[in-house]
Amino acid sequence: MSAPAFRIARSTRMHRYVLIGGVLIVAVLASFPLWAQVSFLRTMVTFFTLLALAQMWNLLGGYAGLISVGQQAYIGLGAYGLWLIGDVIGLHPFIAVFLAGGLAVLVALPIAPLIFRLRGGYFAIGTWVVAEVVRLVVANIQATGGGSGKTVVSAARLPIDTRINGTYLLALFVAVGSILLVYFLLRSRLGLALTAIRDNELAAQSSGVNVFRAKLYVYLISAFGCGVIGAVVAMNLLRIQPAAAFSISWTAYAMFIVVIGGFGSIEGPIIGTVIYFALLQTLSQYGTTYMLLLGVIAVVIATKAPRGLWGFVVKRWDVHLFPVRRRLVLEEPPKPESPAGAGASAPVAEAS
Amino acid sequence: MSVLELQEVDVFYGDFQALFKVSLTVEEGQTFACIGANGGGKSTLLRTIAGLQRPASGQILFRGEPVDKYPAHDRVGMGIALVPEGRRVFPSLTVFENLQIGAYGGRKGDWTTDSVMELFPLLKPLVKRQASSLSGGEQQALAIGRALMSNPQLLLLDEVSLGLAPVVIKRIYEAMVHLVGTGTTILVVEQDVQHVLTVADYVACFLEGRISLEGKPSDLSSQAITAAYFGV
Amino acid sequence: MDWVNVAIQGVLLGGLYALFATGLALVFGVMRMVNLAHGDLGILAAFVALFLFQSLHLGVMWSGLVTIAIMFVVGYLLQRGLLNFTLGSDDTRPIVVTFGLSIIIQNGLIMWFSADSQGLDAGRIENISIRINDQLSIGWFPLLVFVTSIVVIALLQTFLNRTKLGRAFRATSDDREAAELMGIDNRHIYGLAMAIALAIVALAGILLAVRTTFDPTQGSFRLIFAFEAVIMGGMGSIWGTLIGAIVLGLSQTLGSQAFGSGWGLLVGHLVFLTVLAVRPSGFFAKTVTA
Repeated sequence: MSAPAFRIARSTRMHRYVLIGGVLIVAVLASFPLWAQVSFLRTMVTFFTLLALAQMWNLLGGYAGLISVGQQAYIGLGAYGLWLIGDVIGLHPFIAVFLAGGLAVLVALPIAPLIFRLRGGYFAIGTWVVAEVVRLVVANIQATGGGSGKTVVSAARLPIDTRINGTYLLALFVAVGSILLVYFLLRSRLGLALTAIRDNELAAQSSGVNVFRAKLYVYLISAFGCGVIGAVVAMNLLRIQPAAAFSISWTAYAMFIVVIGGFGSIEGPIIGTVIYFALLQTLSQYGTTYMLLLGVIAVVIATKAPRGLWGFVVKRWDVHLFPVRRRLVLEEPPKPESPAGAGASAPVAEAS
Repeated sequence: MSVLELQEVDVFYGDFQALFKVSLTVEEGQTFACIGANGGGKSTLLRTIAGLQRPASGQILFRGEPVDKYPAHDRVGMGIALVPEGRRVFPSLTVFENLQIGAYGGRKGDWTTDSVMELFPLLKPLVKRQASSLSGGEQQALAIGRALMSNPQLLLLDEVSLGLAPVVIKRIYEAMVHLVGTGTTILVVEQDVQHVLTVADYVACFLEGRISLEGKPSDLSSQAITAAYFGV
Repeated sequence: MDWVNVAIQGVLLGGLYALFATGLALVFGVMRMVNLAHGDLGILAAFVALFLFQSLHLGVMWSGLVTIAIMFVVGYLLQRGLLNFTLGSDDTRPIVVTFGLSIIIQNGLIMWFSADSQGLDAGRIENISIRINDQLSIGWFPLLVFVTSIVVIALLQTFLNRTKLGRAFRATSDDREAAELMGIDNRHIYGLAMAIALAIVALAGILLAVRTTFDPTQGSFRLIFAFEAVIMGGMGSIWGTLIGAIVLGLSQTLGSQAFGSGWGLLVGHLVFLTVLAVRPSGFFAKTVTA
């Protein structure tokens, strides 16, 4: 008796609807510069950068299990990178944004093997030390403007419409890009390696997964993403300053979004960003009370519902909007011993 | 009144059921042996009695009182002591400190560091050594001694001969004979059938979470035991 | 000779850092947990002492002692009421929860006390120096802090090595489940470990408050310095933490002297990163993996 023929399937019909819906949403968002107000566009830039940041933080923390409290190092480097490449070297700011991400990667490259010697909570603080070092270096060098920072002149000099609309579209591109980046990463071999590492690092290593390299790639990708995000933020604000660019608040926002929305999924950070943004719009005038509230909510959810909002949805209704998982599908029904016959594409087993 | 009684106990590890409605009774002063192949549920049985595992259903009575609601760290004070699988002595503590900590939550009684070292003279020269530097046999003696320091009424021994050289196993069992002589109730889990049958008053064979055979060793033929062990 | 003075200052500064670091090392040793709010809890203690001093007009000493007692209780309740529930196979939860705690404490302090710098006035003791000779003098208070750190560490080490409860701590650290079998309730042990850690960091925070100014956001720095001291000193060794703290203090003061005051902290961080690169398990590691 031969084994039944099967194939590995990724998506269902629902996923096709999600894809169509997604494209429509992005198209609508891309049309905003034509008819929306400037202040609204600038607010949306903040939304997009938070969304991208959450994806990058989640890539490191939710998928690779590396909780970083220091991604602000690369956000700040991206911001200063924009100034360096746009103002000092003189390239067009829109190009400089992506090169700034490259700058972040260059710094991340020697850092990674160093902090990978630490684990868990000590790794987290280690990333914080790195961020502090970068901040101190930048703040102490007169060439980068020291403590008072710099204006991003190359961006400020662009015609205002180009700048506003361009920044908006760039931010949208970065947000969508971050989602697609994580999505394709998870479908790749690296994604499989990450899941294995997250479940049981030792077992993954004995199965031949190069754990160090997998973590390194993820760390570098996250650094790149954060660098680009930092550059976009700098373009939006036109001013860079060590205290703000390297602020721990970036980590706080990202962590809050992922904790509420859900670790280890693409949908989670999207939902988390929406919720966080809504809270931001309504409560931000309260300053410290707002941050305090964020902290309390994060602690409560992390303790009581560690999988976040999306985790709850997954548990309850087993919904996955992004087809990153692999399912076993039988091509023809096995010789029936029981009267129940399965359809030609009945899913038999799910593996993520 | 029996020292220990299990009534229809079910134990799960997540979705996997390790024990299926297991019932048994251990009388005072008895040496009760549980044998069986790996995965039979024997270690789970001891861990559940010691409180490291909770039964999904059924009851465990110690001296006639149900113990289910007591966490593991309370059971030592009640008189139940477990020598866990793999010895698990405290590696950064010395031999003497390991014995001392055995008495931490235990009861008053005859067992002291001196009397334990009379039972296991091989420990005497090792008193100040760190437990991590001991050999397997020495660690096993230490683990048993540590459990005795709590002056238990019921001593649970989990696979004490595992990974030890035959010479060492012989010495451990000699000590066990002496233990039996003091009137301690012992529930011992073993894969090594030969040795344990020499000290046991009663034996139960476990197969895939159920008792497949039980009785006095003298009443059971070796064919019956082999059949029950392997489930043929 | 200025360098010698600076070096002495660095060593004495290490004493303060060691006090911040000891609690962090203890908690990690007993329950493998890293408390990201550790520094903030020390600063919280400083504010509590300030409150007692300013509003209830207790003397500095009494404010300090009462604060330490309060933080001991807070530590026990915090561990048993919240942090014990975050422990488990998932490494990420304690990090997220303690980070959230850090945010809560910092913002709570800003709300209650404002973001301004504060100081705890202990009177003349802060400024007295001991003159050794014409060029050498040692601050009386920094010396006191350094000696205190040695005393505290010695007491803690004695507690761990010579007492029944200390043995229980070490057993729990070695093998939590086997310790349960000995009658040790690990929830209680964890609570006590956190209580002791917070009492020590409270002492550190109060001494800091007397020695210099402090504000609600200082906690992050204290955490980083404590962490660097622990890593450099080596996992599992409390005396090693003191050495790590001294190395850090020296790096900072010598760095300030050599390159200017803005660079002192940076030199400290760079020394830490170098040690991490060259000798990742620290100077006196007892356990090889973090």
